[in-house]
Amino acid sequence: MKILVSLKRVADPDNANKIKVTPQKIETTGLEFKPNPFDEYAVETALRLTENAANTKQRLGEVTVVTFGPKEAESTLRAALATGADKAIRVDATDDALDGDLVARALAKLIETEKPDLVLLGKQEVEGDANQVAQLLAEYLGWPQATFAGSIKSEGDTALLVGREIDGGTMNLRVTLPAVVSVDLRIVAPRSVQSVHTKADHAYPEGVRFAALMAIMAAKKKSLTEVKLTDLTGDVGLKIKYTGFEPPPARKAGVKVKSVSELVEKLKTEAKVL
Amino acid sequence: MPDFFEIARHLTAEEQTVQRTVRAFVDARVLPTIGDHFERGTFPTELIGEIAGLGLLGCNLHGYGCAGLSEVGYGLAMQELERGDSGIRSFASVQGSLVMYPIWAFGSDAQKARYLPKMAAGEIIGCFGLTEPDAGSNPGGMRTVAIDDGDSYVITGTKRWITNGNLAQVALVWAKLGGQDGPVHGFLVPTDSKGFEARLIHKKMSLRASVTSELIMEEVRVPKEAILPNVKGMKGPLSCLTSARFGIAWGVIGAANACFDSALDYAKNRVQFAGKPIASHQLVQAKFAEMLTQISGAQLMALEAARLKEEKKLRPQHVSMIKRNNVRVALDAARVCRDILGGNGITLEYPIMRHLCNLETVSTYEGTHDVHTLILGQDVTGISAFE
Ligand SMILES: Cc1cc2nc3c(=O)[nH]c(=O)nc-3n(C[C@H](O)[C@H](O)[C@H](O)COP(=O)(O)OP(=O)(O)OC[C@H]3O[C@@H](n4cnc5c(N)ncnc54)[C@H](O)[C@@H]3O)c2cc1C
Repeated sequence: MKILVSLKRVADPDNANKIKVTPQKIETTGLEFKPNPFDEYAVETALRLTENAANTKQRLGEVTVVTFGPKEAESTLRAALATGADKAIRVDATDDALDGDLVARALAKLIETEKPDLVLLGKQEVEGDANQVAQLLAEYLGWPQATFAGSIKSEGDTALLVGREIDGGTMNLRVTLPAVVSVDLRIVAPRSVQSVHTKADHAYPEGVRFAALMAIMAAKKKSLTEVKLTDLTGDVGLKIKYTGFEPPPARKAGVKVKSVSELVEKLKTEAKVL
Repeated sequence: MPDFFEIARHLTAEEQTVQRTVRAFVDARVLPTIGDHFERGTFPTELIGEIAGLGLLGCNLHGYGCAGLSEVGYGLAMQELERGDSGIRSFASVQGSLVMYPIWAFGSDAQKARYLPKMAAGEIIGCFGLTEPDAGSNPGGMRTVAIDDGDSYVITGTKRWITNGNLAQVALVWAKLGGQDGPVHGFLVPTDSKGFEARLIHKKMSLRASVTSELIMEEVRVPKEAILPNVKGMKGPLSCLTSARFGIAWGVIGAANACFDSALDYAKNRVQFAGKPIASHQLVQAKFAEMLTQISGAQLMALEAARLKEEKKLRPQHVSMIKRNNVRVALDAARVCRDILGGNGITLEYPIMRHLCNLETVSTYEGTHDVHTLILGQDVTGISAFE
């Protein structure tokens, strides 16, 4: 199976105190970045689908990781190559010149040439939390989609059984390939992904895998190509317009209550939760 | 802990990824259980497979299934491991620098092929037996001897304070060949050899999440091929120590970082007097200013040493300086951080007391603070003050 995964770097939430917000923009210089966690889960899912867990060094399929970002975002791609992806593509762009729709349109074009059987994405990016690229992409491609995947069982190169996380339960869908799937947190639980190559009772360690140090060195030699955004789409106009930025309001100090009855009273009259 | 001098800009993309990867591993696998291991006095053997799978064992060696990291990359890996616990870093240091490195540097081709790939994979664990009950700072005073007996050597003696001793399948034992006046040689002794016994050392208050043992050897017979063929004299063990001490000098920065981060977080949230966090007081800020300065200095020294090592210009005296300085910086920082946490500082709920206890060992092993003082003193004056 050929899988294309989109991967974005996001500002490390541990640096939240370093972020400067002006009414015109959010200043990102000097911040540290890490991969968007949901995108990391998508990469992990792609790797699990294309390997026999008994020998993770051998890839039984092809995994391509794609990012939209500046040159510095290549380290995020290299890190994904180190965990086992085969090749990487960076579409040269900066965050302020992108929105979910433009990314989806450019990805659709890229997919025409890459011809994957499956496109995996994180359900959302944790900076903007827009949650729309997967849905828009499926529409532009005219492919079936399954969003918020918490489990995936591969039925070979023809279909996937996807467990979607919905309020109050799971919705099981069979999607025929090629398809677009966005993943949720539970996809990296030990038994969430079943490939046709791995024994059904195999349990992975919880979470995403760590790159071996040797693979980090070897990732230098894997293919990483750069593509211009304008080569993918003539229309680089944005549909989302930001009108202003402001930091979230500081949290107000709490109050101390003297007794349980006072607490119950406040929960009833002020918080109105009882 | 802020990267105050932005040393990240000197790191290659691979080195940054190495650091991030080991950090993520430590966060996910080491930190959740290390406090319990420390309390129970057990080494987390369940992590050996993953540590090896990551390629952390012998990661600066080339070939034989080793990762072939740069010296900076190796240092960063040790730093992130020790941010978890000095015991985990010690496990990796002993395996990589004290056993794999001498086999790699001084071993026969057969020894390299037999041991290195399996040691990198964590399938064979090694320990390094130099110190003895009566020979610590002066290892040249060792009493263990190896007698040539035709087609084998017969080794007799006692080693003490041996990290990984009860975990190991092979012990690199340093012994005097032929008798008390003979030259020191290294021997690769399988720990299941007849006459070989490893006894756990109990009642430790430091490096509790690490196995420390006494090795008792009574006429242990090993084949002639067990000797490390390409080194003779104290240069053998000392060059291993230089390699391990380099990793220690990086490692302790990780321990210091962990203490600093924990104390800073605590100080910003702990409110005493007039509703203000203790971090708002000048005395507390002075502590952080001093620690930031000292730890940043330690990091810069380690980085410079790594570059010298890559240029093949690193002298043992450089390593003495960074081992001595950086361990002291980390130990001082751990003590100050412990103080900032008040009563909470003495518990295992926070990492500080654990690091503080561990660093007492790190200050002693691989040449005590004062032994390195004497090495530097000799370097400056040309006069040995050891005797
Ligand atoms: C947890 C742990 C793990 C260890 N792991 C290993 C291991 O894996 N392999 C191994 O071989 N060893 C290991 N060691 C041993 C360690 O290297 C020794 O403890 C160390 O070298 C000091 O030796 P000693 O304990 O005999 O102290 P001593 O040499 O007796 O020193 C005691 C004090 O005297 C001072 N002193 C000694 N000589 C002088 C002098 N000439 N001038 C001034 N002061 C002096 C020292 O600085 C120190 O303060 C380990 C130790 C510990 C605690």
